[in-house]
Amino acid sequence: MTTLTLAKAINEGLRTAMEADAKVLVMGEDVGKLGGVFRVTDGLQKDFGESRVIDTPLAESGIIGTAIGLALRGYRPVCEIQFDGFVFPAADQIITQLAKMPLRSLGKLRLPVVVRIPCGGGIGAVEHHSESPEAYFTHTGGLRVVACSNPADGFHMIQQAIRCDDPVIFFEPKRRYWEKGEVERGAPPLPFDRGEVVRPGTDVTVVAYGPMVRTCLEAAAAVAEEGRSLEVLDLRSLNPLDTELIYESVRKTGRCVIAHEAPVYSGLGAEIATRVTEACFYHLEAPVLRVGGFSTPYPPSRLEDHYLPDLDRVLDAVDRTFAF
Amino acid sequence: MTFDASRGAEAPPELVQLLTPEGERVEHPAYDIDLTPEEIRGLYRDLVLVRRVDMEAVALQRQGELGIWASLLGQEAAQIGSGRALTDADMAFPTYREHGVAWCRDVDPVNLLGLFRGVNHGGWDPAEHNFHLYTIVIGSQTLHAVGYAMGIQRDGADAATIVYFGDGATSQGDVNEAFIWASVFNAPVVFFCQNNQWAISEPLEKQSKIPLYRRASGFGFPGIRVDGNDVFACLAVTRQALKNAREGQGPTLIEAFTYRMGAHTTSDDPTRYRVAGELEAWKLKDPIERVKAYMFKTQIADQDYFDAIDAEAADLGRDVRKRCLEMPDPHPLEIFDNVYTEPHALLVEEREQYAAYLATFEGGDR
Repeated sequence: MTTLTLAKAINEGLRTAMEADAKVLVMGEDVGKLGGVFRVTDGLQKDFGESRVIDTPLAESGIIGTAIGLALRGYRPVCEIQFDGFVFPAADQIITQLAKMPLRSLGKLRLPVVVRIPCGGGIGAVEHHSESPEAYFTHTGGLRVVACSNPADGFHMIQQAIRCDDPVIFFEPKRRYWEKGEVERGAPPLPFDRGEVVRPGTDVTVVAYGPMVRTCLEAAAAVAEEGRSLEVLDLRSLNPLDTELIYESVRKTGRCVIAHEAPVYSGLGAEIATRVTEACFYHLEAPVLRVGGFSTPYPPSRLEDHYLPDLDRVLDAVDRTFAF
Repeated sequence: MTFDASRGAEAPPELVQLLTPEGERVEHPAYDIDLTPEEIRGLYRDLVLVRRVDMEAVALQRQGELGIWASLLGQEAAQIGSGRALTDADMAFPTYREHGVAWCRDVDPVNLLGLFRGVNHGGWDPAEHNFHLYTIVIGSQTLHAVGYAMGIQRDGADAATIVYFGDGATSQGDVNEAFIWASVFNAPVVFFCQNNQWAISEPLEKQSKIPLYRRASGFGFPGIRVDGNDVFACLAVTRQALKNAREGQGPTLIEAFTYRMGAHTTSDDPTRYRVAGELEAWKLKDPIERVKAYMFKTQIADQDYFDAIDAEAADLGRDVRKRCLEMPDPHPLEIFDNVYTEPHALLVEEREQYAAYLATFEGGDR
């Protein structure tokens, strides 16, 4: 057992994957000498060389497009998109090419490409550096979308993403990069497409992923003193969803709150709420409620504390589920 | 268009040509080619057969058997010349019009039709033929080709990639990013631009103020314009560019100057945007007629030979038609196949639900 930050845990996961398979490449802007703007790839170029840790020209479509070509040649590229807001120039390659090629080839081609995206707000950044674009990608058949929330998952899930033969969009909550946690390297990880109950409870199911997991755990701890018991789920996989995990919890609690940083409108929470309503209709004591960002562009950072759901807004939604 | 005529004596000619439209062999100081009569007969056969396949596909579309078809009419020499320059180890990335290159890579012509008939999105194994799937999003494949070439570099393999795109694609960001990537990584890739003068209805002037091949110099690699209707010149120039790429000399941009003699696709009506005289002028530069004239003159082939090729073409056309009509529609549940390579819970669920829905119909089919 080692204590690592999330950034270091992902770094260690990348290193382990590169040691295990010479076909694994890391590519992106500033990932080499600098080690990435968040230092997630720190030291990898020094140890694996410039041919495996590639500082690319500054063009996101080019990163994904050439990664596809490398994957067609048998490599397993791990691409870093420097910030969430910069994935959009690459959206064409991700959506029209990366997601569709296995199908278009009738299964003859595989594209084991991982696209790492530091996501979410809370670091006081300028615009385009705090976004949560996961729903764009969960809406695209052919992609797997995951989000890690803690160092142990960061270490294991990045390796699972690299081993996966499907393209994976890998979200990393940037405001959690420096938070520490225990990592057991030899521990068998949960399957890649499974969520996890990170705090058992009995009164309300709180569904979260990525940066909101910790917020929801803190909310659960806060109300525990008042005698209210929240069950917090970390989805981990956003496409596919571990629906059985969610259903099982909601059938027990009868109440469900979903929290994400992304706008509520047409967000992943809408999908989860609908599914919960369909599958757990007779167990529900209250409508499924959602907490998240507003339907606005991400605000200037001095206002981001109003935009990002925090402990109080999660608990406000919890309170509202008891109003029914 | 007018081009700079004031360049120095050392500058290469604008257009590499080894066979004139009249079928005369001409010399070029930088490029030559020594072809046996058998090789020339082979090129002629390729040209005629791919034109015949194309013609049959247009007819199949007109009869409702294909949803759409993108004709290669007029571009046969560019595609056969460059396609025959490839070694087995080389990899080709096409647009959706490279039926001639597909022919050179031994892709069954019927497999090209699946995409246009709507029974699949690509019916061949790219790795088996070293011929990638057709790419419809303009220019996307240029980046794939460069990435693949970077893989070749890492493998230390004796191979190169060639990527096809049109004059319109040169305006795409991806194509320009591909030029940059190829240049800075010195990737073994040949950019083969078929400038057929028209991007649907937009003439070249809407895409570029300079001849396309000159774009390469700004990216730091050589660009060359070749007579795209001259199969000998296309073969010679592409062969050299591929050799340079394999030997570590990096990318080349080839602009094959040609003409789209047909419509953009069967859904297009070129009479709305171009004058008939333009087509008539280009007909005089037909890529097949000049080879035939040369073969007659040099007695590489006689009328019996041409008749035999025509008969083979007719047979091929009939065969393609017959097998196109026999292509079955996929089973509805195949929608869910091959989206992921590993089991995916959401698709398993949706597939089960739709199968159950279908089962409510008599015979299990809606």
